[in-house]
Amino acid sequence: MIDYDKFINNKISSVKPSGIRKYFDIANEMGHVISLSVGEPDFRTPWHIREAGIDSLQRGKTWYTPNRGFSELRREISAYFERRFGVEYDPDSQILVTVGGSEAIDVAIRTIISEGDEVLIPEPSFVCYNPLTALAGGVPVTIETKAKDGFRLTAEELESRITPKSKLLILPFPNNPTGAVMRREHLEEIARVVRKHDLFVLSDEIYAELTYGDTRHVSFASIDGMAERTVVINGFSKAYAMTGWRLGYALAPKEIIEQMTKLHQFAIMSAPTTAQYAAIEALKAGDGDIEYMRNEYNIRRRMIVDGFTRLGLTCFEPEGAFYIFPSIQSTGLSSDEFCSNLIHSQRVAVIPGTAFGDCGEGYIRVSYSYSLEHIMEALERIERFIDAPDAACLNG
Amino acid sequence: MDKLLDLLEDNAQLTASQLATMLDESEDKIKGKINLYKEQGIIKGTSTVIDYNKVEDAGVQAIIEIKVTPKVDTGFDEVAEIVASFDNVESVYLAASATFDLVAFVRGENIQEVSRFVAKQLSTIDSVISTATHFILTEYKKNGISFVDNEDEQRSMIL
Repeated sequence: MIDYDKFINNKISSVKPSGIRKYFDIANEMGHVISLSVGEPDFRTPWHIREAGIDSLQRGKTWYTPNRGFSELRREISAYFERRFGVEYDPDSQILVTVGGSEAIDVAIRTIISEGDEVLIPEPSFVCYNPLTALAGGVPVTIETKAKDGFRLTAEELESRITPKSKLLILPFPNNPTGAVMRREHLEEIARVVRKHDLFVLSDEIYAELTYGDTRHVSFASIDGMAERTVVINGFSKAYAMTGWRLGYALAPKEIIEQMTKLHQFAIMSAPTTAQYAAIEALKAGDGDIEYMRNEYNIRRRMIVDGFTRLGLTCFEPEGAFYIFPSIQSTGLSSDEFCSNLIHSQRVAVIPGTAFGDCGEGYIRVSYSYSLEHIMEALERIERFIDAPDAACLNG
Repeated sequence: MDKLLDLLEDNAQLTASQLATMLDESEDKIKGKINLYKEQGIIKGTSTVIDYNKVEDAGVQAIIEIKVTPKVDTGFDEVAEIVASFDNVESVYLAASATFDLVAFVRGENIQEVSRFVAKQLSTIDSVISTATHFILTEYKKNGISFVDNEDEQRSMIL
């Protein structure tokens, strides 16, 4: 018998597996489950973008690309970012094309964090920052964001968690799972603290194109003096419905990109070639697609916020991404009980807030990246559940 | 095109209140617009999309290409109106095609009924020169609604 434990890096074995696995298994087992759980667009990648990928394959363009990505793609990214967010990045030295935003986050954290450095992580937020920090030898320091602040990070909360070891601040806005966005004035407050304590920032702006109403996304790098101390993470998955293509990028000062490129080069070599051809087309001719999808999400967003509010599950109005984060405290159930009972009694899958940090207790994440019919059916079932929340397994 | 029409085309059951929420308008304004669309004959009616593959004794459907001689005064309209007047005919379109002019979607209880309709009713219209009938074997998508199995299940539960 081989003792595999002794062959496994204890930093890896101590990472907790994802808390939602259990719901996934239940949903698979039960069948006919209506899900409001996924974290990706329901749209297909627009045809002209798919066609650019297909065309590159037909022409046999199947080799590696330069480590940092095609220079044409980096030029397009640079032009896009300046056009949309008003910040200039040099395509040759300040942009790294990665395998999704996820790789960019991993590489950035490993590049910046040394043993014992503290990383400030607002929660609830996407699940990767904490384990990636720990794997890099850093110490995750979570900062709870609150419903009363619209789940924004405040300068006071940030400052209260800073120690001499604080090195990197994660800014995950627009936020998954809460839908919170930081407006310019909020970012300026944060920038003041960042400057004062000489912090570096990882601004995960993967949902930058999905903000609603009058508030367009403001990049943290556009705040005075912040581009020189920020890695901006973005990508094609959410904006262009390209999740499966696995393509993202990091924008940062050249000293940082240079070091990140080493890691990327040894671990990945280069991001997928076909996806890069498609991405060039997306940046050149995809602004209209973004607009169309954003409008569709916005219609669903109004509808689902209204639906949950009618059910008495209060949720602050999310201004970004495609999630709502309603409070389920009025039901007297924990997040886990709520989700577990809901899937068993009405076959509706949503994600407990606790999957995004302990402070997500009392909330659930509901994705509205689904058709209106799908959302309306789910709302009806949730209404039945709210009327009898303890009656588990009614149908099952 | 007005987004309101877009939403109603996809789902006729949406209430004025739901539409008002989605479009961030008042319920009265939505009701007013719908009434106006009805008065103007823009909204013609509503129907239910049925997947006949799953219905027993659902009958047969056919697409019929029709070549006609247009009339001097009324062009294709007059003959199109005659074609449209038959109960078996579900839809009729004028097409820009080199080989035919009108195309009709036809339903019947069985192949014999559709054949009889083509032979006795359609072909005997004065201006009809020729017809070509294509029986439909399987429907995959109708009125924007896909009959192929639910794709949502292919999406993984990823955070």
